[in-house]
Amino acid sequence: MGRSKCGPCGLSVSPEHHAAARAAETTARRSYGKLVALLAARSRDIAGAEDALAEAFAVALADWPHHGVPAKPEAWLLTVARRRLVDEVRRRVHDERSAVQQLLLADEAAEPALYELPDRRLGLLFACAHPAIDAAVRAPLMLQTVLGFDAAAIASAFLVAPTAMGQRLVRAKRRIREAGIALELPATDELQGRLDAVLDAIYAAYAEGWLDADGTDARRRNLADVAIWLGRLVAALLPGEPEALGLLALMLYTDARRGARRCEAGHDYVPLAEQDPRRWDAARIDEAEALLQQASRAGRMGRFQLEAAVQSAHSVRRFGREVDWAAIEQLYAVLAALTASPVVALNHAVARAHVHGIEAALAALDALHGDARLAEYQPYWAARAELLARCARREEACAAYQRAIGLERDPAVRRFLQGRHEEALQDRVEAGGEGAVTQAARR
Amino acid sequence: MEYLLMIHADPAGLQRLRDAEKSTALAAYTAYTEALQQAGVLRGGSRLRTADTATTVRVREGRTELLNGPYAETREQLGGYYLIDVPDLDAALAWAARCPGAGHGAVEVRPVWAVCES
Repeated sequence: MGRSKCGPCGLSVSPEHHAAARAAETTARRSYGKLVALLAARSRDIAGAEDALAEAFAVALADWPHHGVPAKPEAWLLTVARRRLVDEVRRRVHDERSAVQQLLLADEAAEPALYELPDRRLGLLFACAHPAIDAAVRAPLMLQTVLGFDAAAIASAFLVAPTAMGQRLVRAKRRIREAGIALELPATDELQGRLDAVLDAIYAAYAEGWLDADGTDARRRNLADVAIWLGRLVAALLPGEPEALGLLALMLYTDARRGARRCEAGHDYVPLAEQDPRRWDAARIDEAEALLQQASRAGRMGRFQLEAAVQSAHSVRRFGREVDWAAIEQLYAVLAALTASPVVALNHAVARAHVHGIEAALAALDALHGDARLAEYQPYWAARAELLARCARREEACAAYQRAIGLERDPAVRRFLQGRHEEALQDRVEAGGEGAVTQAARR
Repeated sequence: MEYLLMIHADPAGLQRLRDAEKSTALAAYTAYTEALQQAGVLRGGSRLRTADTATTVRVREGRTELLNGPYAETREQLGGYYLIDVPDLDAALAWAARCPGAGHGAVEVRPVWAVCES
């Protein structure tokens, strides 16, 4: 939890204070987004709702140690935060009958604290991924409004300067308020397109978290977990949407392999093909398989289901079976037609190598050469290098490895690529006539 | 816009490495420099000799003071820099994150004050 006012205050030492701090922290973690969604539902003022909620958490930390944790802490916080919002409106508008104030009070009357609070988080997620909001800020906005992450933590994960991230979040919230973007589920005819944007943003958060293979950066590792949490939330609230299930399955398949991406002894990177399937999380894969099957019953194929199916095809290695590359190649062919994404085209080309041979794969990669979106994409150069090395075009392979090494962020992956580069270099020595020496040394 | 990427690292770190590890570390810098060149963003850059070779100069009330050593005595020292020209800070940060120095030290990214802005 990032927002400082939600965390334990750290000043108090008595057991009551600890219990109150823990209760506030737990409530914050579990229901932050739920409360923000309820508070901003009418006003669409997310920033105002967050400020009011932060104050309510501060009040809770002062009050709960003396009067005990209330029976329904969420409802308690909601009531206090709503009062704050009313006070705030009062400060701004010196009219007791102001419309906003009436609305806020009506909200309070309509939801007596005795009942379970309605879950409006989905509406909040859809507002965050609204077409009027810049696509790059959608995932950060979700993390802040639904989970209460602070701008600095989000900035590190998305590799954006903290001040810039703070400004972008403020601007996006202002846009929701001023443009009157509803914190609601879109109409049925709009739902499909808008849901794609929600799922894309969740996947963007997951992908950023996934980059931290070491799991040494708690914020990053947290981000992948948090994205899965968001994926579960959407899948639970929209169980009839196959793509929501597909995304959750995709994240679970890959997350099951998190630990296996590093060798047991040290921090060396282990590529998928060389991973020991016994180190995969079988329960997560089983869950993903069930989700994917459930999704397929809807009979509406989509990007995330296809990508999850690719991961499913890889996961059969845990039963000692060979990876079905022909199926993967076909899945990528469908994905390529669906998305026009250069990354999908790259993966398709790599899959072709297993089915149609290296020359065919290289021809497919050559067709992508010069695509500006791939020029600084490390996996493109690594894949190219790998294929070139395997058909003995070593000079080119070395150049491509070098490019991949220069573009990589993760030191462990960089070392792995340097190892491969070294092997390719040694092969070149062999080709140059000193093969016998190298061969002998190897033996 | 131009940005200066300043690599701050503990010089003892490199010295502690075995020869093979050292050449791997230096090769990573070579690859990074080439990637910057191929992307067409590199404007300049160099590795610096260690901070104990530094001399710091101050002129105060007409008197010139020379001191052995770097301006600030810290464990991590400026060990090298890259000057890059990229569209915005996001792009500069993306390159900084790829810099091998970010993995063993820290890379400070500073926008260059263009002459016309003075």
